[in-house]
Amino acid sequence: MTMSRQGVQPTEVIDRAAKLRFRWNGKRFSGFEGDTIASALAAAGEHIFSRSMKYHRPRGILTADYWDPNLMVQVGDDPNVRAGHRLLESGMDVRSQNAWPSLNRDIKAANSLLGRFLTAGFYYKTFMRPQWLWPTYERVLATFAPGGKIDLDTPHAYHDKRYTHPDVVVAGAGPAGISAALAASSAGASVLLVSHEHAVGGHLRYSSDAADQAALTELRAALDASDVEVLTDSTVTGRYEDNWLGIVQRNHPIAVERLIKARAKTLVAAPGLIERPYVFEGNDRPGVITPGAARRLINLWGVKPGERAVVFSANADGDAAVADLERVGTEIAAVIDGRTGGSVSSTAGSSRAVEAVMVNGTNGAERIDADLLVVAAGWTAPTSLLNMAGDRPIYDPTAARFFPSDPPSNVLATGGLAGDADLDGLRQHGAATGRLAAARAAAVRHRLQSRTARALPVDGDEPAWAPDERAPLGRDPHPELYRADTHGMVDMSEDISSKDLVAAAHEGYDSVELAKRYTTATMGPSQGKLETVNTVAAIAEARGETISEVGTTVWRPPYAPLTLGALAGRMFEPVRVSSIQPWHEANNVSVIQAGQWLRPDHYGDPAAEVRNVRDNVGLIDVTPLGKLDLRGPDVPKLLSLLYVNKWMKLGVGRVRYGMMCAEDGVVLDDGVTGRLGEDHYMMSTTSSGAGGVWEWVENWLQTERPDWQVHVTPVTTAYASINVAGPKSRELMSRVCEDADLDAEAFPYMTVRQATVAGVEDCFMWRIGFTGELSFELHVPAGHGLHVWEALMDAGSDLGVGPFGLEGQRIMRLEKGHFIVGQDTDGLTLGPSTGLWSLIKLDKDDFAGKPELAWAADRSLPMVVAIQPDDPDVVPEEAAQIVRGNTNEILGRITSSRYSPTLNRSICLGQVEPDLAAGGTKLTVLLESGERIGATVIDHHAHFDPAGERLRG
Amino acid sequence: MLLVPCPNCGPRNSTDLRYGGESHARPDPNTASPAEWRAYLYLRDNPAGWLRENWYCASGCRRWFSVERNTATNEFRDPPLPGDKRGGAA
Repeated sequence: MTMSRQGVQPTEVIDRAAKLRFRWNGKRFSGFEGDTIASALAAAGEHIFSRSMKYHRPRGILTADYWDPNLMVQVGDDPNVRAGHRLLESGMDVRSQNAWPSLNRDIKAANSLLGRFLTAGFYYKTFMRPQWLWPTYERVLATFAPGGKIDLDTPHAYHDKRYTHPDVVVAGAGPAGISAALAASSAGASVLLVSHEHAVGGHLRYSSDAADQAALTELRAALDASDVEVLTDSTVTGRYEDNWLGIVQRNHPIAVERLIKARAKTLVAAPGLIERPYVFEGNDRPGVITPGAARRLINLWGVKPGERAVVFSANADGDAAVADLERVGTEIAAVIDGRTGGSVSSTAGSSRAVEAVMVNGTNGAERIDADLLVVAAGWTAPTSLLNMAGDRPIYDPTAARFFPSDPPSNVLATGGLAGDADLDGLRQHGAATGRLAAARAAAVRHRLQSRTARALPVDGDEPAWAPDERAPLGRDPHPELYRADTHGMVDMSEDISSKDLVAAAHEGYDSVELAKRYTTATMGPSQGKLETVNTVAAIAEARGETISEVGTTVWRPPYAPLTLGALAGRMFEPVRVSSIQPWHEANNVSVIQAGQWLRPDHYGDPAAEVRNVRDNVGLIDVTPLGKLDLRGPDVPKLLSLLYVNKWMKLGVGRVRYGMMCAEDGVVLDDGVTGRLGEDHYMMSTTSSGAGGVWEWVENWLQTERPDWQVHVTPVTTAYASINVAGPKSRELMSRVCEDADLDAEAFPYMTVRQATVAGVEDCFMWRIGFTGELSFELHVPAGHGLHVWEALMDAGSDLGVGPFGLEGQRIMRLEKGHFIVGQDTDGLTLGPSTGLWSLIKLDKDDFAGKPELAWAADRSLPMVVAIQPDDPDVVPEEAAQIVRGNTNEILGRITSSRYSPTLNRSICLGQVEPDLAAGGTKLTVLLESGERIGATVIDHHAHFDPAGERLRG
Repeated sequence: MLLVPCPNCGPRNSTDLRYGGESHARPDPNTASPAEWRAYLYLRDNPAGWLRENWYCASGCRRWFSVERNTATNEFRDPPLPGDKRGGAA
């Protein structure tokens, strides 16, 4: 097989004035602007591009397009590049994959000799026993795995996302797709036309027929003059509910790939047809190609595919290839006509090239010397987008391919997917499809707008759903050509032969879905585009059934692969910071991500921050703390319904701690709520629970108690929240607080006051203490947060004021034994397990979770307890298990653990079985290292200041 | 992705909303037997067909509303129109 560049072709897409230099396995090559990597290499006479996956057989061009299974290469640090599609660029460093030690001479080709061991399901049979050898198997398999090399040092690249809402998306830009786009646009629809290829035109691009070229010129001119948005080198990868489409754009000027999420009102599927390889002995030998490959090589890139060809043709595409080959001087040794019973049964030659073809033609069986075999055996209808819309395509044996059955009415098929016609017929069907798509899109648009309260008024009534009055396309008869009288490769990506599939069927894997998974046929990079129907045919043959009876596998998204980068980036997740963040950043903060929030974790030394709070005074930014402003006469009833404790008699100016349980009795959230005025309350939630509690409140108010008068306003970010904690906090607050009496009797523990702080009006503060110290939790209008923080820092410089972060707060709350919902409790922790039985008021008429909590009173529950390891210097890992003695019987776990700088010892909270909850109980904790340590349950949750004298101060 | 018909905001991507599951009445917490209460907590009809279910327009108007959807086809039947005051559990 000798490929070579020919003289200028009228249809070629290369610019022979623009020479591009590149490397192929380290050697210098050149091609032209407009070449694909594969066409440039083919023009330079290269004909082996890869080694096959299992048997490491040399492989060359098969289809010369995106789906070619043999053209996967590495380009620089980019693995698995499709050389049949990727355009050549100057300076590319292209290397073959999976060809150790080299493409032309490698050891693994010895696999061919072992072929009889690499049978169907060999992964399952070969690498299972003995199990202790698995690490070795894994290492061996990894060296065999196909695919390129991932460079972990590859710099991050930019990936883009776009959202769009066109009326009509047309997937496929052949003559039918372009005609549909133009007709829909003329009918007033906004249209997005998506071309998988680098240019629109479909099969017209590589046709040398004058009428085809004239039509292509005309269609392109019409597109240029239209309002249709055209995306080239882009693929509609998925169709989801209500025509939500994923489109990957590979030729974005800046982004490596861009993922477009389109909500189309109607989708036109016009992907055309994909040439199906034929199964026979030696069908994977370099030199066996499809007619499309021959015509693309000749007409797009001016490459002559071989010197002497046998053409096996069962359709007009095969005939057209004959004409193109003759034009560039390839000798046609024979044309075997599949329509009249001719057949090809094998190729002969070295492993590296076809040298002869065994045929059964009009002269009977004969061997014909040739370096090229072109096989036109039929087509696969890529019904993927219809499958994704719920359609189950039906096989038509007369036309030897699948056709759509009953797709939803907002998905329309046209072009080769829908049937056969001459060029005019395809254009007419496309145009009719475009008009229908536009009419239905108008009805959908009207419906969407009229159902949106604040949209502009919509004119008139909703248009009737346009009936499908398109004249259906015909179905040209085509012989059913799947396998010759010999066996050969079905899946060239995965090296699965028809023999393997027959064997799988005989082993009982005779459903196509099972055979696919057992053999991995259709699961390689071609993803079934070339091999699915041949797989089905092989199974059908083994079962003695028809293709219709066997059915096909379901094609799922994506239609063509897209990178993880396209799916992952760019994120639209907001990052939230408090208004005090600039101060933190200027003061050596170490931040921690908590949900969407970036929060100060510490400022260098959390233990020192803790000691400063215990000795002097510290400030922590607790802005993310959830805050709901509740107003109305029925707020007490709402609080009583949502919290387990009582709220009807909370006086103005008072604050109360509350715990919320879900309807299953599991702890949902906790926090304090204060009464600011007669009908005005402020509820605080945990930082992570802020969103969920708001939904919970709205759910009760809207669905269970719609008659209650309560207004709920989330004000989490309307206030900056600062906790001022430590024995000197009152002194500090008195220096900045102008109009409130901070005396212990005027403003006692668990009360709330409104005040002007550092000149800022409308602040409120409550005296509570998560840290266990005298503290004032200050909430100031968010815009003034930084000002108030700085004012506190200035005013307290002589008091030793300093910041503390979440880590310091976590240490101090653990010293005080305050549990954190979601850390010390989990999705099974019932309210009483927290030890707060006295909080749960079962005599209330109703509250969330009441029945479960009432029944829990009769049960022994796991309990949250405070635990101290016997060795004060050992801090068990959080989630370390509490076990029985030297056994592995699990009796509980450590839920929080820290080293306490106040007590100079290790302290924990944990959950234990009911009979281990009493103070003084000895426990065994199993560390991650495997070491077992002793620990003791203490009498109460607080490791420090159990009487609470400090915080009440 | 499903378009969910919010009575205030119009058809919105389902990711803008929170799925509230099947509509079901809350038993009287003072008289419900454990079996009744746990049926309310955990048991769902989960039909392949028409289902009345709740949605919360979390990124929009923050209204809970209920609507009938065919779980086999994802068609919404008689979806609430703008200003529709239906809502909550059926």
